[in-house]
Amino acid sequence: MSGNMNLTLKVWRQKNKDDRGKFETYPVQHISPDMSFLEMFDVLNERLINEGKDPVAFDHDCREGICGMCSMFINGRPHGPLQGVTTCQLHMRSFKNGDTIVVEPWRASAFPVIKDLAVDRSAFDRIISAGGFISVNTGNAQDANSIPIPKDDADAAFAAATCIGCGACVAACKNASAMLFVSAKVSQFALLPQGQAERQERVLNMVAQMDAEGFGSCTNTGACEAECPKGISLSNIARMNRDYIGAQLSVQKA
Amino acid sequence: MTTSPKLDAKIPDGQLEQKWTKYRSTVPLVNPANKRNLEIIIVGSGLAGASAAASLAELGYKVKVFCFQDSARRAHSIAAQGGINAAKNYQNDGDSTYRLFYDTIKGGDYRAREANVYRLAEVSANIIDQCVAQGVPFAREYGGMLDNRSFGGTQVKRTFYAAGQTGQQLLLGAYSALQRQVGLGQVEMLTRHEMLDIVNIDGKCRGIIARDAVTGKLERHFGHAVLLCSGGYGNVFFLSTNAMGSNVTAAWKAHKKGAFFGNPCFTQIHPTCIPVSGDHQSKLTLMSESLRNDGRIWVPKRKEDAEAIRTGKLNPNDLKEEDRDYYLERRYPAFGNLVPRDVASRAAKERCDAGFGVNRTGEAVYLDFAFNMKYKYGKKEATKKGIQNPTEEQLTELGKAVVKEQYGNLFDMYQQITGVNPYENPMMIYPAVHYTMGGLWVDYNLMTTVPGLYALGEANFSDHGANRLGASALMQGLADGYFVIPYTIGAYLSNEIRTKAIDTNHEAFEAAEKSVRERLEKLKNINGTKTVDYFHKRLGKIMWDQCGMARNEQGLKQAIADIQALRADFWKDVRVPGGLNEFNPELEKAGRVADFLELGELMCRDALNRNESCGGHFREEFQTEEGEALRDDENFGYVAAWEMTGDANWELHREDLKYENIKIAQRSYK
Repeated sequence: MSGNMNLTLKVWRQKNKDDRGKFETYPVQHISPDMSFLEMFDVLNERLINEGKDPVAFDHDCREGICGMCSMFINGRPHGPLQGVTTCQLHMRSFKNGDTIVVEPWRASAFPVIKDLAVDRSAFDRIISAGGFISVNTGNAQDANSIPIPKDDADAAFAAATCIGCGACVAACKNASAMLFVSAKVSQFALLPQGQAERQERVLNMVAQMDAEGFGSCTNTGACEAECPKGISLSNIARMNRDYIGAQLSVQKA
Repeated sequence: MTTSPKLDAKIPDGQLEQKWTKYRSTVPLVNPANKRNLEIIIVGSGLAGASAAASLAELGYKVKVFCFQDSARRAHSIAAQGGINAAKNYQNDGDSTYRLFYDTIKGGDYRAREANVYRLAEVSANIIDQCVAQGVPFAREYGGMLDNRSFGGTQVKRTFYAAGQTGQQLLLGAYSALQRQVGLGQVEMLTRHEMLDIVNIDGKCRGIIARDAVTGKLERHFGHAVLLCSGGYGNVFFLSTNAMGSNVTAAWKAHKKGAFFGNPCFTQIHPTCIPVSGDHQSKLTLMSESLRNDGRIWVPKRKEDAEAIRTGKLNPNDLKEEDRDYYLERRYPAFGNLVPRDVASRAAKERCDAGFGVNRTGEAVYLDFAFNMKYKYGKKEATKKGIQNPTEEQLTELGKAVVKEQYGNLFDMYQQITGVNPYENPMMIYPAVHYTMGGLWVDYNLMTTVPGLYALGEANFSDHGANRLGASALMQGLADGYFVIPYTIGAYLSNEIRTKAIDTNHEAFEAAEKSVRERLEKLKNINGTKTVDYFHKRLGKIMWDQCGMARNEQGLKQAIADIQALRADFWKDVRVPGGLNEFNPELEKAGRVADFLELGELMCRDALNRNESCGGHFREEFQTEEGEALRDDENFGYVAAWEMTGDANWELHREDLKYENIKIAQRSYK
């Protein structure tokens, strides 16, 4: 190992969802500033295994900031101190030699802890199943260029669609609200002509599922936007609220 | 050379252009009432798996999908950057189904099957239509029409994209379609589940054994058919652009139960990745091939300059134009920086091996945007804005905004990883393992040699020959899932309508679960002294050194012996912490590495058998005087399909490749 940073980690350890859990302190030595935060955890785990101890469980996969699987709450902030960056893209050069770093899982009752730093985010999948789609079966499509879509609309829909579903917005929110996540999907389709047919039904169904999952309410503090690694805008929430009110007033339930 | 009787590719008769149309109009159908009683298991939820699951569920089949991640949306297709090819000819630049077909066969160095590739090119246009209908926000021009860019190995613009995150947008489209079917109760989605074996009954695949990663419980699942959409095996090299969890386990278990493995040695080394920075590194990050649209690749002409750059005495921006060697433009004037990946990778290695590498380790070349930022985009913007006689600085500023819009997320990623600003300095890149063209052998229906067991997407071997062209992986994954398997599976399932769901207490399920349990217990009970990563890193080094960008007979023989020794050591000395019946990522990893330790040997054997160079497979003994790959069509114009006949014992079967519509030629990009 070729690093010169020595750090103290305080890591949340919890055997399973029923365990109470507690912080454990681990000194880590010879960390290179070029390492990613997760590679630092690889080093810690390698050592724990060699010492016959249980390694820290954490979720991660692509390690290039796009799959949305990594999820650490670092020094009180989801994905750590930098803006617009997931934990896997956070590098140790963002810390100083001698730092103490506190690492917790996402905290939200809708995201129960599975083990240590890994949580269950399947509530997000269920919200998508409730309406986060355009109902078009394979084979029904017309030519892709048959509907011109203004570039600005396409770009805005794309910006909303870049949400990686990591759940940082929920973790950042004092109410554990999922409004940013839900509104990003609602907005992507609301901005496109293809999404109009189901626009009202979609927002009603997705919000109903969001509430059923036990996420908190939105009080417009904006912590979600500030901590979102993909810069999803708060204006999506405003758009969703408008759509929701409009849909409630006009949709006739059979 | 004749095709082995064990390999029937089931390619329909008739003219190439008519084969698919005719076949899908005559393939047997399953009526809707019967579809409801037929169960299909899908392993993997990437582009191939999610699109197949959604499409089959829409048709009425009962579908179960398994993925090891916490959500179907995490599959590694999500990380694909540059784009997806389709023969739409929206740019009016002469594209056609035939041209996409031709480029793909040629790009694959004449080692892919004509009929499969033609079908792929044929359905490519439907994919774009389908994705747009789903609300995938592709990049558009100001008139509202879809935009295209160029990729390597082609001379037309046929690549559709969504900034540098096309895979994400396509996967989220397929994931939405999949989750819609979950909501309708047509698909049962089992996340955090890993398939650990297939179950064959009376010679047909009838289900799988899966482990619930949260509880550790082993489960039995029956299916009339099983689709493996589990991706590629690049992680055998430890360092690759794959996700940490990407693995060969599903495909390998199938291989051990009778599915032949096709062309295992065909590995794609991608030319533009962020170079290795230290021994702590856990993965490598790709910088999309789309960057080669605007980035020019170079190293210094003189070794002294390379040396000065390496030691930090010279800033590359200060090196004069005439002192730079744009080696791709020099060697391949017709395609320039857009030569296919295998060619670009080898050329980078050649320059670095000759001492012209530009980073501390000597294993990096430059990918430089300064020229196009200024003169291609800056000038255009200046003209648009009516700025006359713009200064150099103005041009750079104007061009920077355009580059940011096109590749912003990639530039940010580069800066985050390396700590260097790519708008100000040329990127440093080096080849890295990216994709595997090899995979389970499948016939025209995408069925493996085990009846009822299919392989789709990167998990099969079929469409890319010895080298895949950029932006074609997304195309193939979605083609297989949306437009091929929904038709071809009828050929098999129409004969299964009388098969009742088999009770999972059947002795075959019993036996399969028992062997899975015993293997997990064995791994756990070794209680040795070395971690799983220790072995994985060593395997990766053997593979990269001996079975990577360049291979030779002696090295491959050595690698086979080394892997055998490493495998024996693994089973004696690995340490797997934690228990079997709990969330245990180390246990999952141990099982995957154990499989890689077997696959690695087969890859080397395949590379040793193939006494020629083609595409990504470069045998040093077989090259032209200019150092280009030297194919041997006469003796190796075949697909190598390996049958496992015992522990670390394989028998080779050949599928002869016939080219009736393309004239085979020495591949030239000059």
